[in-house]
Amino acid sequence: MTLKEKLKSKKFVVTCEIGPPKGTNVDKILQQAAILKGKVDAVNVTDLQSSVMRLGSLVTCYLLKTRGHEPIFQLTTRDRNRLALQSDILSAAVLGIENVLALTGDHPLKGDHPQAKPVYDLDSIQLLGAIKLLNSGVDMTGNELDGKTDIFAGAVLNPGADPIEPEIIKMEKKLISGAEFFQTQAVFDIEKFAKFLKKVKHIKAPILAGVILLKSPAMARYMNENVAGIDVPDTIIKEISSVDKQDMEKKSIEIAARTIKELKTLCAGVHIMPLGWESKVLSLLNAAGGKD
Amino acid sequence: MIITKQKDEKTILDYLKGDKKIFIAGCAQCATVCKTGGEEEISKMAEFLQKHDKIITGTDVVDPPCHLVKTKKLFQQHKNEIQEADAILAMVCGDGVQTIMDGTKGKKVHPGLDTLFLGEVAPNGHFMQKCSLCSECVLDETGGLCPITLCPKGLLNGPCGGAKNGKCEVDKDIDCVWIQIYERLNKLGQLSKLKKIYPARDNTKRINPRKLILK
Repeated sequence: MTLKEKLKSKKFVVTCEIGPPKGTNVDKILQQAAILKGKVDAVNVTDLQSSVMRLGSLVTCYLLKTRGHEPIFQLTTRDRNRLALQSDILSAAVLGIENVLALTGDHPLKGDHPQAKPVYDLDSIQLLGAIKLLNSGVDMTGNELDGKTDIFAGAVLNPGADPIEPEIIKMEKKLISGAEFFQTQAVFDIEKFAKFLKKVKHIKAPILAGVILLKSPAMARYMNENVAGIDVPDTIIKEISSVDKQDMEKKSIEIAARTIKELKTLCAGVHIMPLGWESKVLSLLNAAGGKD
Repeated sequence: MIITKQKDEKTILDYLKGDKKIFIAGCAQCATVCKTGGEEEISKMAEFLQKHDKIITGTDVVDPPCHLVKTKKLFQQHKNEIQEADAILAMVCGDGVQTIMDGTKGKKVHPGLDTLFLGEVAPNGHFMQKCSLCSECVLDETGGLCPITLCPKGLLNGPCGGAKNGKCEVDKDIDCVWIQIYERLNKLGQLSKLKKIYPARDNTKRINPRKLILK
């Protein structure tokens, strides 16, 4: 079953994020992916994550596809204008990549080439609109395509945004523009997330809640201070602080597994962002009771 | 107001390496307000260049140097001083540099300033960019705050989701303009404007060079 079919069948879905390497050595990322094969439903491939120049998302998606994975091609509007974006979507379709996650993307100033010219010819909503058009057989200016795409488009969502109303309005606009599923920023506060879900229950699209493994109390505090929409509650920071360093990994997995179990009753699935801890994802999934 | 900043002295001296006699032109409008090309800055520059063995053939603060007729007048009034000079140092915006060149029959003109942006003049020497001259004003849709300029990504369809504590992900010192737009539209009872989906912009309106001909 494809990701689209799985989400339609209301099966609890697990996706996991993978970041292409800085360089041409793909051994590690392919190994990481191989471990996850059959354990997750789809693999998100980030697009120059954090605006750091790396191997491209599309090629990495293709490598994964040929190895039997279901990739989600993350596509930001930061680096490509509408010509290149539409062209890459056609390319993805030809390579058998069916899922695209439309993002605006971090600003180049945040990455390792701050001198780069930011593009942002389109925003994520306009990109979703472009995908919708390509799926219907025409491009953004109405020219007919010789062979259309059939892309399952998704978008991102920040349930911890403050204020939340403009984020919800944007979510509605993403849905209208063609988003068929949402993946969220990391969720730590389940109660707060449940309240958010109530607010958006009129938006009929599956939501995969973001899950991040907390490597240390310092990481939690750093994210609370610096990462938009992340709010690790004090109780969780205390919990991870309560164990010795050698037990921190176990504790981290325990916390994330508990979060996943709780999310199973709340939303369509989870989206795991390992941030370097790809090797722990399997233990996490086992601790969370598998993907089903 | 066109906001400018003086180039560093070393750069200016490099530009003037082959030139001995210099005419200095300033601007009575924007560059005077920015303290980069007014009477005071021109005389300081003249003094500085004299210290570096340059001969100043003359100076003038043009009102304004972006006006072709005014630069032609400048040439007439200072004909000998300009003809005698090896080059003009223009302490004016990038537009003024070129208009002075046009008005002085192609005289060699060096820029003395960097042209930064179109901005608001705030008190105490603060200049804030407010408009990007995008040729297609959206301010009525956004509560009077320009997201093209005030959002580093220039987004039109709402916040990128990267703001933390109301501050922009790119620069913690600036407020997320999309949160401000939301708050303002909310206050004005115009939240429906935030719900509108703005299509991709038509960039043909911004292809350089732009021109306008009054009929």
